[in-house]
Amino acid sequence: MPRESYHRNLRELQDEVLVMGSMIEKALERSMLALKGRDLDLAKLVIADDQNVNKKRFEIEEKALDIMSCQAPMASDLRILLAVLFIVTDLERMGDHAAGNAKIALMIGNEPPLKPLIDLPRMNDKAIDMLHRSLNAFITNDAEAARVIVPEDDEIDNLYDQVFRELLTFMMEDPRTITRATRLIWVGHNLERTGDRVTNICERVVFMVTGKMEEMNISTY
Amino acid sequence: MINNITGQNMKMETAVKGHSDALRPMKCALTVEKLNAWYGSRMAIQDISMGIGAQRITALIGPSGCGKSTFIRCLNRMHEVAEGGRVTGRVLMDGQDIYAPQVDPVAIRRRIGMVFQRASVFPTMSIFGNVASGISLTRFWSRRRDLHGVVELSLKKAALWEEVKDKLDQPGASLSGGQQQRLCIARAIAIEPEIILMDEPCSALDPISTLKIEELMRELKRDYTVVIVTHNMQQAARVSDNTGFLLLGQLIEYAPTKEIFTVPKDKRTEDYITGRFG
Repeated sequence: MPRESYHRNLRELQDEVLVMGSMIEKALERSMLALKGRDLDLAKLVIADDQNVNKKRFEIEEKALDIMSCQAPMASDLRILLAVLFIVTDLERMGDHAAGNAKIALMIGNEPPLKPLIDLPRMNDKAIDMLHRSLNAFITNDAEAARVIVPEDDEIDNLYDQVFRELLTFMMEDPRTITRATRLIWVGHNLERTGDRVTNICERVVFMVTGKMEEMNISTY
Repeated sequence: MINNITGQNMKMETAVKGHSDALRPMKCALTVEKLNAWYGSRMAIQDISMGIGAQRITALIGPSGCGKSTFIRCLNRMHEVAEGGRVTGRVLMDGQDIYAPQVDPVAIRRRIGMVFQRASVFPTMSIFGNVASGISLTRFWSRRRDLHGVVELSLKKAALWEEVKDKLDQPGASLSGGQQQRLCIARAIAIEPEIILMDEPCSALDPISTLKIEELMRELKRDYTVVIVTHNMQQAARVSDNTGFLLLGQLIEYAPTKEIFTVPKDKRTEDYITGRFG
């Protein structure tokens, strides 16, 4: 291959996106553990780690810019770089959502639980699973695998609907629960947005592989 | 796979957002049909068919020895001048085959001008004389009343007038490389061709001179059809409306430039422009 170092740099950049993805998966897992287990130290750790996520995003952007300015990438290489830039933006925002949930865990503190958390962890698990598979699709150039993930976001949206209705009932029955219920709705909202951002990643993977821009997720929210 | 942009007056099949020139229905200045070219027994061009869009810039890219220069030289009957040069197939201009027996090659070369890799100025001839020579050598001047006017207009169209208007009597060789190349373009323009073929016009120039020539090409496109052979893919991407990729004498892919450099359809094109070729 005539441009070996250039293509090696490009592959390394893609690997960096996977590293950032695993940081987000970890942040999502930990923020939910902090919420469920009232683990304030873990919540603080997630918030602090978000700085590393942001740092990683800028590192990747800088490397992508280096390749763009020095190597004049074209065709599929150019699409990879564009996909990388968009994906790291979505990952960074997902990191913010995870950190947001950790902040909510701190707000809730040791208040008595409103209800056992069941659907919110399900939303979280689903988002992590979708994220993991979307990044697999990214690294394996698999547009079909990316397409399959998009409709699964409905599952997260439906769970959010369910959580919202349930918490609304709590608030109507007892207005003293409004503060606690609202906080949980925020958590649900963050997870719903996380799911949407995974579908953005999937759209970018499809673009990267096929060169066609397609809006695939017509979200309820 | 060759995109379907051959033939006359046909629309580009692929709509490309934001690339207005590529979206316009394409009227062809030249239509190449089943063109083959040889050097002696060696086949250099194999069965190429394509339409060259009028008032567009068409770039031809490909690795060394792929037949780009040979192909472009077939478009104004320059290939047959080379030793052992032979051509079959048709090149239609206004519906007439330029290779038809009754066609005078010199008349074709007046209608289809050429600019070469190295600026071919007449070194001892003045700047004015260099431009005027294009007219006088083709006996075109006798029909012109205002030779000075033609030289001035040609130099203006070649974006050189402001730099040389006060030293028209100085030798052409006194100009810089980039200026000399624009002088050659002015000389080509002076005989009022319809098509200008450029064979690696910037390969011997520095980046600033290169950008000037590229800017000039965009200007020239208003009045002329431009075909450029280039090794520099960035240059093809910057200036051209359509790009053809040649490999081993065959036209592998021909499409709007934006499409070639973002979503090429043929793997060989993809491999070449991303540097995986070889």
